[in-house]
Amino acid sequence: MRQQAAVAAKVFIQRDYSNGTMCQFQTKFPSELETKIDKQQFEETIRTLNNLYTEAEKLGSQSFVEGCLACLTAYAVFLCMETHYEKVLKRISKYIQEQNDKIYAPRGLLLTDPIERGLRVIEVTIYEDRSFSR
Amino acid sequence: MKSREYQQIDPKALPTPSQSPPPHQHLAVGGDGRKEPMTPRRKWEVFPGKNRFFCDGRIMMARQSGVFPLTLGLILVTSGLFFIFDCPFLVKHLTRCIPAVGGALFVFVLITLLQTSFTDPGILPRATPEEAADIERQIDDTGNTSYRPPPRTKEVLINQQVIKLKYCFTCKMFRPPRTSHCSLCDNCVERFDHHCPWVGNCVGKRNYRFFYSFIVSLSLLTAFIFGCVTTHLALRKGLMFALQESPVELAICFFSVWSILGLSGFHTYLVASNLTTNEDIKGSWSGKSGDAVTNPYSHKNIFINCCSVLCAPMPPSLIDRRGFLPADEPARASGADLELPNPNTKSDRNVVGGSSIWSLTCRNLPLIFPCS
Repeated sequence: MRQQAAVAAKVFIQRDYSNGTMCQFQTKFPSELETKIDKQQFEETIRTLNNLYTEAEKLGSQSFVEGCLACLTAYAVFLCMETHYEKVLKRISKYIQEQNDKIYAPRGLLLTDPIERGLRVIEVTIYEDRSFSR
Repeated sequence: MKSREYQQIDPKALPTPSQSPPPHQHLAVGGDGRKEPMTPRRKWEVFPGKNRFFCDGRIMMARQSGVFPLTLGLILVTSGLFFIFDCPFLVKHLTRCIPAVGGALFVFVLITLLQTSFTDPGILPRATPEEAADIERQIDDTGNTSYRPPPRTKEVLINQQVIKLKYCFTCKMFRPPRTSHCSLCDNCVERFDHHCPWVGNCVGKRNYRFFYSFIVSLSLLTAFIFGCVTTHLALRKGLMFALQESPVELAICFFSVWSILGLSGFHTYLVASNLTTNEDIKGSWSGKSGDAVTNPYSHKNIFINCCSVLCAPMPPSLIDRRGFLPADEPARASGADLELPNPNTKSDRNVVGGSSIWSLTCRNLPLIFPCS
């Protein structure tokens, strides 16, 4: 029998634009989470996510080759091949799920994958710590 | 006092958007009173912007397709006439490579045109009501309490330069840098370049490379066809005779070739300096105000700029057109329930050649927003 917890509040981690338009999130620890989770742990999660997004958007030799190949085939490769960005997004989803299972859910928190919010925010849902039946 | 027990939340029990249809289907009352299962709806069916979707959300265009049928028609007709009338003569008198090169260019032009028109240009989904309320709360905390609130802008420092981020009233969020709201499509588009009526879609972050390939290959194709037609006429009748006989057609071809070549040249300059048409028209980085402003997004190297615009990893579409709506939530356009009619609000007119009065309108509007 599953118990559904009530949502107490939602905290939104906004984007950090200090390095340009690359996808990075602010590492500032929100005050609402002070009683819920350790600051270092939270910042570590955000830092790892930022590193993953940097890797997704990195301008390296691999992306250059992919871009040239795509251009020569009139971008038809995008229809059949998974792009580098999409591969990293899958890793990010998996990482967020792991973090939720191991660290956040036991503390009554839930991280929402930013891709479900248009890469605008990381939504942290805080659940009330009481049980009630439906 | 009642003892409270904490139940660990099972993340898998929470309703989250998923790609597969929801397991239970709502029952809708049919015309004769019987309850019938409702088919789960996809997100594109309730998309709030002015877009058209085809093939169950796989293909999208602006609602106003502009002159896209004309563009397609012109390319098909011109190339068709070329292959039918000029190629046989030139193959006989010159070389077989001519239809091969022409055919390759024609196919490339068509594919890049269709990709520019049918790809999501980088639309940002509108903020959820909770996000919008959170931003409202932050603004109210820091803003003053005078009758005319200040314009909603936020300043950020990008590469040691102060950039103002504007608040979008339609999408209920602070627009990321280089993002602009297209009034024709009613969407915020990332790295907004312009709304192109010729391709019937906005040109933004995700489809700029297709657009650039399209105009470069089109200029090559038109120059190629123009050259072949001139050669054909010259070989058959002599160049002077041809100019006397069909001056109007040759003049039209000549000017259209130059206009497309000119556009390609302009966009090559934009790519090399990592600028958008929108920024170039507004003169954002030209230092008109007298301040020493440079483009903070440029890598200061032409090759790296070109690579970052044309060869960067293809960003994903953020609007999840083919995802299914959660079964228990009513189909809502995000933020629409918070929107009040605001007839004075105008978004940027971002068609090439248009002018932006957004910032002036924004400053004069009293802000009427409910806080949830």
